[in-house]
Amino acid sequence: MEWFDTWGLPLIVFLPLVGALVLGLIPKEKEDAVKATALLFSLVTFGLSLVAIGLFDFDLDTYNTYQFEVNTRWIPAIDSNFHLGVDGISLPLLVLSCFVTVLAVIYSWDHWEEPRNPRAFLMLMMILLTGMNGTFVALDLVLFFIFFEVVLVPMYFLIGIWGDKAPRKIPGFSRVVETRLYAAIKFFLFTLFGSAFMLLGFLALYFRSGEFGDRTFDIVELTNLGASGAFTGTFAFLVFFGLFLGFAVKVPMWPLHTWLPDAHTAAPTVGSVLLAAILLKLGTYGFVRISLPILPNEAVRWAPVIAILSAIGIIYGSLACLAQTDMKRLIAFSSVGHMGFVMLGISTLTDVGINASIIGMVAHGLITGLLFFIAGSMAHRYHTREMARLGGQMKLMPIMGGILGFTAMASLGLPGLAGFWGEFMSLVSSYNPLDGLSLTVFRSAMVAGAIGTVLTAGYMLYMLQQVNFGEPSDEWVGRNFHDVDRFEMTAWVPLIIFTVVVGFYPNLIFGVTNDVVGSLVEMAFQGGAVTAGLGG
Amino acid sequence: MGSLLFAAAEATHAGDGGWWADTAGIMLISPFVAFLLILAFGKRLRYNGAEFAIGALAINTVWAVVLFVLNMTEGVLREPVRFVVGDIGSGLTFELGWAVDGLSIMMYLLVNLVGLLVFTYAVGYMEGDRRVPWFFAAFSLFAGSMLLLVGAPNLVQLIIGWEGVGLASYLLIGFYWEDHENVNAGNKAFMVNKLADVGLLLGAVFLGVAIGSFDFAELNLAAVEGNAALSAVAIAGGALLFFGAMGKSAQFPFHIWLPDAMAGPTPVSALMHAATMVTAGIYLMARTFPLYQQMAADLRPWMVAIGTITLFAMGLLALVVDDIKKVLAYSTVSQLGYMMTAVAAGGYTAGLFHLFTHAFFKALLFLGAGSVIHAVHSNNMSDMGGLRKYMPRTYATFVIGALALAGIFPLSGFWSKDEILATLGHEGYTAVMWIAIAGAFVTAFYMTRAVALTFHGTYKGHGHPHESPPVMTVPLIALAVPSVVAGLLNIPGVSWPGIGNFTEWLAVRVVPMGDHHAEAIDFFLAGVGLLAAVAGIVLGWLIFAPDRDTQQARDRLEIPVLYPLFRRKYYMDDVALGISRFTMGPFARFVNWTNTYIIDGVVNGVGGLVYHLARFIYGGVDQRGIDGIVNGLSAAADAAGSGLRKLQTGRVQQYAASFVMGAIVLVIVFVLVR
Repeated sequence: MEWFDTWGLPLIVFLPLVGALVLGLIPKEKEDAVKATALLFSLVTFGLSLVAIGLFDFDLDTYNTYQFEVNTRWIPAIDSNFHLGVDGISLPLLVLSCFVTVLAVIYSWDHWEEPRNPRAFLMLMMILLTGMNGTFVALDLVLFFIFFEVVLVPMYFLIGIWGDKAPRKIPGFSRVVETRLYAAIKFFLFTLFGSAFMLLGFLALYFRSGEFGDRTFDIVELTNLGASGAFTGTFAFLVFFGLFLGFAVKVPMWPLHTWLPDAHTAAPTVGSVLLAAILLKLGTYGFVRISLPILPNEAVRWAPVIAILSAIGIIYGSLACLAQTDMKRLIAFSSVGHMGFVMLGISTLTDVGINASIIGMVAHGLITGLLFFIAGSMAHRYHTREMARLGGQMKLMPIMGGILGFTAMASLGLPGLAGFWGEFMSLVSSYNPLDGLSLTVFRSAMVAGAIGTVLTAGYMLYMLQQVNFGEPSDEWVGRNFHDVDRFEMTAWVPLIIFTVVVGFYPNLIFGVTNDVVGSLVEMAFQGGAVTAGLGG
Repeated sequence: MGSLLFAAAEATHAGDGGWWADTAGIMLISPFVAFLLILAFGKRLRYNGAEFAIGALAINTVWAVVLFVLNMTEGVLREPVRFVVGDIGSGLTFELGWAVDGLSIMMYLLVNLVGLLVFTYAVGYMEGDRRVPWFFAAFSLFAGSMLLLVGAPNLVQLIIGWEGVGLASYLLIGFYWEDHENVNAGNKAFMVNKLADVGLLLGAVFLGVAIGSFDFAELNLAAVEGNAALSAVAIAGGALLFFGAMGKSAQFPFHIWLPDAMAGPTPVSALMHAATMVTAGIYLMARTFPLYQQMAADLRPWMVAIGTITLFAMGLLALVVDDIKKVLAYSTVSQLGYMMTAVAAGGYTAGLFHLFTHAFFKALLFLGAGSVIHAVHSNNMSDMGGLRKYMPRTYATFVIGALALAGIFPLSGFWSKDEILATLGHEGYTAVMWIAIAGAFVTAFYMTRAVALTFHGTYKGHGHPHESPPVMTVPLIALAVPSVVAGLLNIPGVSWPGIGNFTEWLAVRVVPMGDHHAEAIDFFLAGVGLLAAVAGIVLGWLIFAPDRDTQQARDRLEIPVLYPLFRRKYYMDDVALGISRFTMGPFARFVNWTNTYIIDGVVNGVGGLVYHLARFIYGGVDQRGIDGIVNGLSAAADAAGSGLRKLQTGRVQQYAASFVMGAIVLVIVFVLVR
């Protein structure tokens, strides 16, 4: 399989784009052909990502060494190379992104929001997949930036065209706008705002790297420079801040999160799923791949800030959830809290913490993705997302209700399901963060996180009580609801299975990440870690 | 490390349980298999999937009994079977597996045997009810989680089982979810436990990070050996674990979830309040006993205080409730207080022995209550009375259970309660000992009241009550047997030929616990305890004697101040409700308000500001272009009415324009920075 060493990653990244072009050639009316083509391309891409797992050398665990590496000259004028590669940190996320996209295509088979047009919708999804996969494997900052931004465009259209058309009054503005437009533009501008500073940081790194040899955008080389202590002082501080803004908006971290509830709520179902499952991870991944290794000293300086913002995010997001009346918005807000745990893990700068963040990302992708699927299917049937109007779903649609109950339990971090490990390990790591970090700050964050788990349980039970239990209101009595259909089942069952499997065998993820994360922490922070200083 | 640790085993002469211990993990898995099978096929079966649920526990009971017998005769100690399921860095691992030692074997027996009887009973009790397959599925989940918990060789697996039990209890308490009252009860149980679980989670973090392992054997060994890192966090970690244990074992003030949990079907209450769930906290304290005995000894008086408050104050509440299940519920809380007090005071065996006997007679009492409720279709004792004539078997077994609970010689409760009193005296908690004796009086009193109101006097309900079918009464009889004789297993100073006694069985363990147990009966103490119980029965009988009107009898108890205080459960429910209402109401709404009007206000404000700035700068020039670039909101409003085509084409320009503009800004900023 030598061809895979060269062609594997480019194919995983660009095959969906080819798919988008092919879709463009198929007449719009031939919907079945359109869907089949999209499914084919997403399946092949997913298959290739599985091949990557099969061929992956799990013993190669030194940080900053990549597999299936491709590195060719691309834009010589700015020393930017077409450099792709994957390691134990990006591999789970790459597979997740391909996996969820396949499920999204299957789900959308029979679920089209107005104005329908499957061809355009699926083309955008394919472009989105290219952007997401590209971001996870890019090893050149310019390339990374482009993929990172490419993601915005299809998602912008998905929200803006297929999104929620309800008129919405924006506080402080006199005019009423359509929710989808407000949300799409907010999403776009917010992210672009962050990206601008991120790009600034990239450019600064590029120019400063010239002082230590040839200027470079190469992540591998910059990582080596960073480990040798090249970037210091106010310069590095500001660069980290720039990158922080770019990534923190995407995660999103409190208080840069307000685009998220709007975008998630307004987006079409599949858009919400991909937003939650994959797009948010671009930000956290950026921290792990770029900010931490290239600017380790700054990471140490900024870590308490990140920890505090994460802790606030966990509590704030959960409390905001408790005040929601719209089910989809509640689920959207829950991401603020869950991603808070992921960022808290990263901010400890320990191997346990970063492992926590990766399994947290995967678990959030599976679980919140599933929650959005369900919320979409429910809205499709009830034509409302107001929880106060729902109720008695266990009677109306027992299977739908059962799956919702399972997923809510997974989301509140029930031990034995995937969501637990990230939260628990986040707490473990913030008990003893990297040597030198303030124990007061991190242990306070730990306590806040632990309290957050209680609040999370609170809003999830609140949602279940409103939606699933009780007697159905008169509005729904006698209505014949179609319980979960086969497309929904096909899309959801794999997510359920993985949630359970990862819950009982988290080594499925740690087996890939643990060694390389340990090596990263050793390289960047000399690995003063959770149980360091343990006598015997 | 594991085998090294084993060299320190106290009972080196013990057998290893052979094949039965090697395969004991079957017990942890089979209920989950049953859960899945019931979900898949339950509806199509004659007994709605009870076949699987009972089958799984029947298989388990074989293992549990064999292991228990082996442990009686030769002692069973096997290194826990462990599988690594997660390498999480810094040398920490997550493991699953099962422990095989005296403590776990005792719990295996309790959970499986009592579970089996309760499941069988439930076949009769749930006949014709709603969602029976789901009932047995959730019941299996319950049993499986509890076995996962008591079989856990480490804190992490214990947490998995712990929360699994919480989930299953939530599902079963809210089993009749059509009624929001029941869902509320389930929510309350889940949330109170979840709050306490903060302690469990953080305790696991503190202790696990300190010794670099979540393994109980390592933790206990470190505690015995005086590990410095553990010593530094022992108080905090121990307090946190205890906090968690208070939730599951319904210690004051976390007991508030338990009486509400009666909303579930009665077999659920029987299982939840006897062998499973509520014993989990006591079990955890016993499992980590050396930590409290050796390192966190300063915590023990506090733990004893909590236990004492629980045993006395909650027993009093059982005096004033009319719902027969709530009488038993408060009785459970009170008895858990006894167990916690004993374990905290250093009575490892005493606390566990009471857990052991209590599991039998409390399951018996709940099933008896269920039998009555099944017959009269009401939970209220004011609808009962005189049932001994209609339900002789239920009556006889219920009285046995009540006498055992009251601590009447020679029933099981007498011996286990006596051992607790002896431990308290020996450890110097004299005042607590007398409170416990007073508690025994209260226990006997409220049980007499319950028996009198339910079974004596005249029937006040509707219809014709009838004795329950054999599928329900046989488990009652089966539970009555150990309720009578289990106490003989641990008579102080008595070692039965060939099998020894309960104390010795529990002593088969990896790490010495350093606990105390009595060598001979303290006849004075036993006499006083018995006297208190008899006095309680006599007084209760005098007040609630047959053929006295319930209301009149109740009036005798209506002591000013105290009675309303008891009826309102010391106002603790009101406080808890207030806190949760505030969090979910004004507090959450305030946070959401800041999100909409402050954070988003800034965002929208900046958007508006840039828009107006741009208009100001460009005047009316090229309105259309400007609209596209900066002011999303206004453009959106304009576009709202227009079609899709315009949207698509228009926005591409926008994107290009904003991208270019962004780049220009960047270049400018960059030049300035350099």
